[in-house]
Amino acid sequence: MPHANALYGPLDPAPDAGYENPPPRMGFFTDTSVCIGCKACEVACKEWNGVPESGLDLLGMSYDNTGALTANSWRHVAFVEQPRSAGWATPAFAGDPDGPAISPVTAAAGARTSTDTGTDPGLDTGSPAVAARMSGGPEFLGMPGAQPPGRGSGAEGRTDFRWLMMSDVCKHCTHAACLDVCPTGSLFRTEFGTVVVQEDICNGCGYCISACPYGVIDQRKDDGRAWKCTLCYDRLGVGMTPACAQACPTESIQYGELDELRERAAARVAKLHERGVPEARLYGHDPNDGVGGDGAFFLLLDEPEVYGLPPDPIVTTRDLPAMWRRAGLAAMTMAVAAAVAFLGRRP
Amino acid sequence: MGVRSWFEGWPVYRQLTGTDPLGRGAAAKSDGSRALTARTDTADSVARSVCPYCAVGCGQRVFVKDGRVSQIEGDPDSPISRGRLCPKGSASKSLVTSPLRQTTVRYRRPYGTEWEDLDLDTALNMIADRVLAARDETWEDVDAEGRPLNRTLGISSLGGATLDNEENYLIKKLFTAMGALQIENQARI
Amino acid sequence: MAEAHPVGFQWVMEAKRRGAKVFHVDPRFTRTSALADSYLPIRAGTDIALLGGVVRYILDNELDFREYVVAYTNAATIVTEEYADTEDIHGLFSGFNDDNATYDQASWRYQGHSQNQTTRDSETQRETAAGLENESHGAPVGGETERDETLQHPRCVYQILKRHFARYTPEMVERVCGIPQEKFFELARAWTENSGRDRTGMLVYSVGWTQHSVGVQYIRTGAIIQLLLGNVGRPGGGVMALRGHASIQGSTDIPTLFNLLPGYLPMPHHANHPTLDEWVDSIAHPGQKGFWGNARTYGVNLLKAYWGDAATADNDYCYGYLPRMTGDHGTYQQVLDMIDGKLKGYFLLGQNPAVGSAHGRAQRLGMANLDWLVVRDLFMIESATFWQNAPEIETGEIAPERCRTEVFFLPAASHVEKEGTFTQTQRLLQWREKAVEPPGDARSELWFFYHLGRVIRERLATSTKPRDRALLDLAWDYPTHGPTDEPSAEAVLREINGYDVATGRPLASFTEMKDDGSTVGGCWIYTGVYADGVNQAARRKPGSEQSLVAPEWGWAWPANRRILYNRASADPDGNPWSERKRYVWWDADKSEWTGYDVPDFEKTKPPSYRPAHDASGVAGIAGDDPFILQGDGKGWLYAPTGVLDGPMPTHYEPVESPVRNPLYRQQANPTRKVYTHPINTLNPSPPQEHSQVFPYVFTVSRLTEHHTAGGMSRTVSPLAELQPEMFVEVSPELAALRGLSHLGWAHLVTSRAAVEAKVLVTDRVTPLRVDGRIIHQVWLPYHFGYEGLVTGDSANDLFGITLDPNVLIQESKVGTCDVRPGRRPRGQDLVDLVVDYRRRSGNLVHRYPPMVTTDVADSSSDQEA
Repeated sequence: MPHANALYGPLDPAPDAGYENPPPRMGFFTDTSVCIGCKACEVACKEWNGVPESGLDLLGMSYDNTGALTANSWRHVAFVEQPRSAGWATPAFAGDPDGPAISPVTAAAGARTSTDTGTDPGLDTGSPAVAARMSGGPEFLGMPGAQPPGRGSGAEGRTDFRWLMMSDVCKHCTHAACLDVCPTGSLFRTEFGTVVVQEDICNGCGYCISACPYGVIDQRKDDGRAWKCTLCYDRLGVGMTPACAQACPTESIQYGELDELRERAAARVAKLHERGVPEARLYGHDPNDGVGGDGAFFLLLDEPEVYGLPPDPIVTTRDLPAMWRRAGLAAMTMAVAAAVAFLGRRP
Repeated sequence: MGVRSWFEGWPVYRQLTGTDPLGRGAAAKSDGSRALTARTDTADSVARSVCPYCAVGCGQRVFVKDGRVSQIEGDPDSPISRGRLCPKGSASKSLVTSPLRQTTVRYRRPYGTEWEDLDLDTALNMIADRVLAARDETWEDVDAEGRPLNRTLGISSLGGATLDNEENYLIKKLFTAMGALQIENQARI
Repeated sequence: MAEAHPVGFQWVMEAKRRGAKVFHVDPRFTRTSALADSYLPIRAGTDIALLGGVVRYILDNELDFREYVVAYTNAATIVTEEYADTEDIHGLFSGFNDDNATYDQASWRYQGHSQNQTTRDSETQRETAAGLENESHGAPVGGETERDETLQHPRCVYQILKRHFARYTPEMVERVCGIPQEKFFELARAWTENSGRDRTGMLVYSVGWTQHSVGVQYIRTGAIIQLLLGNVGRPGGGVMALRGHASIQGSTDIPTLFNLLPGYLPMPHHANHPTLDEWVDSIAHPGQKGFWGNARTYGVNLLKAYWGDAATADNDYCYGYLPRMTGDHGTYQQVLDMIDGKLKGYFLLGQNPAVGSAHGRAQRLGMANLDWLVVRDLFMIESATFWQNAPEIETGEIAPERCRTEVFFLPAASHVEKEGTFTQTQRLLQWREKAVEPPGDARSELWFFYHLGRVIRERLATSTKPRDRALLDLAWDYPTHGPTDEPSAEAVLREINGYDVATGRPLASFTEMKDDGSTVGGCWIYTGVYADGVNQAARRKPGSEQSLVAPEWGWAWPANRRILYNRASADPDGNPWSERKRYVWWDADKSEWTGYDVPDFEKTKPPSYRPAHDASGVAGIAGDDPFILQGDGKGWLYAPTGVLDGPMPTHYEPVESPVRNPLYRQQANPTRKVYTHPINTLNPSPPQEHSQVFPYVFTVSRLTEHHTAGGMSRTVSPLAELQPEMFVEVSPELAALRGLSHLGWAHLVTSRAAVEAKVLVTDRVTPLRVDGRIIHQVWLPYHFGYEGLVTGDSANDLFGITLDPNVLIQESKVGTCDVRPGRRPRGQDLVDLVVDYRRRSGNLVHRYPPMVTTDVADSSSDQEA
């Protein structure tokens, strides 16, 4: 029988998916507080998985020219410029003769030029409002570029500044809606608890794309199939580390047993709090959250929206049983009604 | 394949009879997924190398299959890099296997408007001719006071910082013997 | 460092995790700044003022590591009375010669030394970039010095230093660099508090530091601080250069440089080195202390390696075959000579000067005026296609049908298609195994040059010309193998290492070399890399199975030492300064030096050893002289000779600067190397008129996603897409001032070129308050050119050519420009725009900035009025 939490709530997904004595659940802990935004993860992923080029456009989103997780970018490093204190550092521009911060405006201008990522729905990093949030400045209201940058309201000169970087990736949810809606069995749960698209099965129906609460999985334009991070399933099988984590110079991307990573992450948050970074928090680590916890979770230094992450993702198939029940009831009602109507015709 | 094994290979059969009633894991695993293994595991050979970009000197492992580079990644044994690589180092396979790489000699004749093909051996001999001619035309035996110069200022060279020590050694040795002084590399820039 | 050397930066993160405090000084906020504890925005070209401020802070507060300073540096050494400081001469030192803009260094010498022991005058030293010879050892100086170890003598180095830096106050740092005083104090306090017996601080620079008209003095200033704080020769200390090419260190050690021979031996100069004896004596300086006393040995071994059996004692080991320098034969002189039609042929070996060198237009016009050009590269780079696609095609300055340069493009083997060693930035040689055969016609440089040499020697086989003897007698018989007759790199490495001629036994150390022709060695500092017939550079014992020093991974020159001058990690008596910083020490029981690293000292020379009065060479080094390649065994706070622009660093403005030097009347480095050539126009700077035509400061550097001139990154898809376009970073304030919009276009104009770029308006760039004015800086990556998957204008086109006098490296990290909205004009309109700027700046007739400006008392900040 399926587990009571098969679609929602805490669960160890591999046994639930039929693996007897599976290896421990494996995952990523991405500590953004040590990310240097080098994008080695993006490149190492592409090299290992043969992921094609994703466009040669200057997006103007700080140093992010990838834009989003797509079928052709399975790792994406977000860059967020904010006129805020880094916590651990002396204010970057204290004492310099500068005016108000421009980052909300530039982030919004950049967002408007970002190319269609093909991810729909999902979080739209192309919206000026989201971009303004990402910049951490005042909510952006006007049209970007309506006035020359720097001719702002004459507010205080900027002193604090921080540059957040985060390498985003498929979350490998405990409850993966993409997998649950996949009609072909292309998406499946591996023995490591990860979620993988099987390219030899996928028929490009695209159901998974609208199901993902994070906007991760995406259709490749030229072949129609859905693609995303596999957590290097082929490497895991022979005991290797996924390519991105192997390359990461500063151990921002850590790969390991999920339970151990969660402990490590909690300790790291405590340490950062101790060191005067109260805004450090974990994201996707909690088995009680809307997706049953992520196999790839993060240490963030700001609200999730700032990085382009949904604040409270919920597996889109959570209500599937209820929906089925309601649908079933409706169908039965219809059938009864039809029968009654049919019978009722009898004189 | 017998009918029975074909039938047992059918995911729905596995789903209905196995431990994965919802068909989300073991039962859904495709032949492709079952056959999957890391290509580093099946490489014919592994060369221990060093990243060609900056001067940190990160260790690389170069995996080869059927005479082609199939993967380049960090060497975890290196005490310098501990297996890590930056985006450039991580792109090394794309660098060495790039379709943009030139693999044949190209020749542009004086006043030419197009590239032409040239045989490598012919090119080597043509270059040797030109080196000797330039050297003869610009040779300086002695200075105005009769002190030896033994040189040509008609030939120069730039490059070496991306090359091997052994290569720089031969370059310098040959140029010095032919009297070519104007040998420079990125260390001057 | 996170930006250009991310994998090296893991160790900074490691240190941070253990509580280290990280400061980052940079004109723009980079990925390194993002992780630093404190970021100091600085005006490009003013680092000496900042570091000079730190020197003053140390000396004023007596925060130097006194025991180390007295024992190991020349702080106590007394300087001659003739010396006069920049304090006395408006920013010049004594000995300046107006005629040729050089210093006579005699007045800088130590007390009691009759003269400095150099055979070359300063002008010759500048023209031949003699400073580079000092990469492995100090400039020549007598070993016997007069000292006052109380440091009270008014002419001891300590007091001279104190006086020299007296005006580098925190206020002055703020005025010159634009760094607020609080930030300066934070840096100075952290640096000094984290240095001493128990702690060490490290200074890391990237080689943009060398690309200034005072580049050598930048690094000297850093070294002075590190010496004062006792941070040299000790673990966690030092001055770390982050070099940018896989083997740029190797290509300096085994130089493809005009002025050097392997192992930092000078290329002979026609006037100074007519004979072997004179050449050797000019290096060894009879009477000098240290390992350079054996220069004859190193020289003879090299000549034997070059000319083998033909090199004998009777013919001075073929010394006569060596070509002679008469002056500057550097890469920029070459380019100007190309433009003037003096050069016939040019080889480019994995280098792309059309994009990577200063003044791209001069580079391209030079290449368009050759008889022939050989380009060896992986990709079709800009320097191979200038005749087709250069910007000068559009302006009509180059037309294919009028360009006579014959171009050979020969594909090169990549790093996985050949074997050999790279020397990385810490002098570590690492052998690469060959993975696959190169594709098609691609070949290694080893193949190309071996076979080119073979063909040339065959052509000359019957020649009787004396000039051809050097080629015919050359030892050129390397074994070859494989389908392409690839020469054996290992055989070459063995020759570099050296061996005994009679037995063929590889030498284990350069101390085994003989000066009688019985041994051969191609690069003495590399001797030991093939010790015991084993390729030591190929050693790969995993780091996890070794100590942190990891001595069995690769091989470091010299003698596999990982930290140079590590004798200084012990106190004068040979004991560790502290348990925490224990590294190399004297084991009294065994009567030898021991520790975690190979001691950089004679193994059994006790700390108590004192040389006899007239001892020279290695015997002259006392048991407590850690700096064994310095003539006096000491670390130099003050350079009595060898640094052409002064015995101590002095802040001079960049050659192109919008401000008058706030520190001295002397504006720029008075000894800089200037090329007066019609193509080399310079923007005016104060006290010249019209500097306001180019009001903004620009600087260039690297992005993580690209490599140098882009030949190995703009051609590689997963890198090209990460930074797909040329851009310029500007502050919101400058954007407002000049009407620039985010992601719109802008172009930058100098008196050489106009270059366009997409605009990134970012809070990461800030204006600075400099000497009461607001100075705007902009930043550009220099990776772009007109070939590859992603293209754009080249930032290096903006620069003129002015060089540091010590090493002849160009100032290409700072210049002045105008910034305008929109794209640049095309064709003739582009030429007209640049000419118009030159006209407005009064530079249509070539006027070069005056070398000396000490008579111009117009500085608003002239303290000397």
